[in-house]
Amino acid sequence: MVTETKTRTFVDEICSIPGGEGIKICIQCGTCTASCPNADKMDHTPSELIAMARAGMKKEVLSSNAMWYCLSCYICTVRCPRGIQQTSLMHALESLSIQEGLVHTKTVTPTMYRLFNHYCHLGVLPELWFMTRFYLSTNPLRAWRMIPTAWGLLKHGRLSIRSRKLTPSGSNQLKAILKKAESLGGLQ
Amino acid sequence: MKYYTYFPGCSCSSEGGARAYDWSTRAISKVLDFELKELHDWNCCGSTPSGSVDELGAFCLAARDLALAEKAGLDMVTPCSACYVIFNRTNAYLKQYPKLKEKVDESLAAGDLKYNGTVRVRHTLDIIVNDIGYETIKEKVTKPLEGLKIAPYYGCQMVRPGFGFDHPETPQSLEKLIASIGGEATRFPLKTHCCGGSLIISEEDIALDLTHKLLESAASNGADCIVTVCPLCQTNLDAYQSRVNRKFKTDYRLPVFFFTQLMGLAFGLPEKELGIKKGIVSAKKVLAKYA
Ligand code: SF4
Ligand code: SF4
Repeated sequence: MVTETKTRTFVDEICSIPGGEGIKICIQCGTCTASCPNADKMDHTPSELIAMARAGMKKEVLSSNAMWYCLSCYICTVRCPRGIQQTSLMHALESLSIQEGLVHTKTVTPTMYRLFNHYCHLGVLPELWFMTRFYLSTNPLRAWRMIPTAWGLLKHGRLSIRSRKLTPSGSNQLKAILKKAESLGGLQ
Repeated sequence: MKYYTYFPGCSCSSEGGARAYDWSTRAISKVLDFELKELHDWNCCGSTPSGSVDELGAFCLAARDLALAEKAGLDMVTPCSACYVIFNRTNAYLKQYPKLKEKVDESLAAGDLKYNGTVRVRHTLDIIVNDIGYETIKEKVTKPLEGLKIAPYYGCQMVRPGFGFDHPETPQSLEKLIASIGGEATRFPLKTHCCGGSLIISEEDIALDLTHKLLESAASNGADCIVTVCPLCQTNLDAYQSRVNRKFKTDYRLPVFFFTQLMGLAFGLPEKELGIKKGIVSAKKVLAKYA
């Protein structure tokens, strides 16, 4: 009985995120998994994640590395015979896992996404500063190894020290919108 | 003259890494008689990562741009496949999920904005091949790219999940475009496979494997160069090509162009205006015949 309530809760939680509702109609055919370019890197394949979610394995699903290896290539989505938006489901699992503090510890993709999102909220993504901050915060040695690539880009005028800025009124407008969105407490 | 609202996105903005894509697009627009009016005071669309961190915030980022664009009443064109998916997905989801729309509307209202869902968002390649058309393009060619073997790379997000423009797995528009500027499209079985996307930053080894497969497929099918439709694909294939070579002990030297650059060359526009030298892998040898 207890398990049943739990199952419903996690499935409901996923279903309340746009694109997540499809998990109810999955027939476990495995087409998504067979099509996914990164399935072999994932601790649980895309179709396995659905089966686990339906079995109420919330903690295991949200601490999986699978969604963080998703490339958003949408191959699974266009091939699913049930029209399930598997890519959106992966995104939904990512944001749920951040919310629940269950993020897989061995991948740095969540850190990269968070930093990316931080800049997006300011209105612009400054490529140079984003990359530098990310490498320095996760793996300074890699920052070092990235120097030749970054130098190549700089030399070809493809990395700017300066970054684009919104006008003060545009920037305030964006802030007001995002502040309101935050106060509405997400999608659920 | 055709008019569009233009959303360059961060990479194709004047401070972005793919500004050559922006330059060459503007250069060919003069030849093909269309005008791109940059959306005033646009913000980053949020791309894929934002939606994975804070979904409502991500929809609001995209919705602000759409609301601003709606005022002009024109189709909004973007050269970036990621921006293209984000905006189309936002449009679709706002129609499909009333609860989401309510929250996005309420947030937009805090910034005195309103979005009615009427902006049609299109990829630059879509307007070029469908609104301008192959015949018009052909008429403008002064220096056909005869003998240039080009691997047509579509990547993922321009064709998938699919917003009505070309086939999700076996598209043809680039091949036809290449033919209309006198070049030769090579066979390229991996043309809609993933380049690794933004995982090139966080999981470089995984992404390099995918980039390597693409380079291998292009080279083994006899390509002199690769043509792309997305700033991120271009960066992964071009700026990371030397890292692929180091990792896999290969020696690929395939210049990676934006399709707008190749069109500009065929129209006889100067290389400088098209940002040809912005490529990390030099195009000098491959283009010697055409410059
Ligand atoms: S392809 Fe669709 S129906 Fe088949 S296992 Fe994957 S999600 Fe389920
Ligand atoms: S979108 Fe993600 S889960 Fe789907 S096939 Fe691509 S990498 Fe795999």
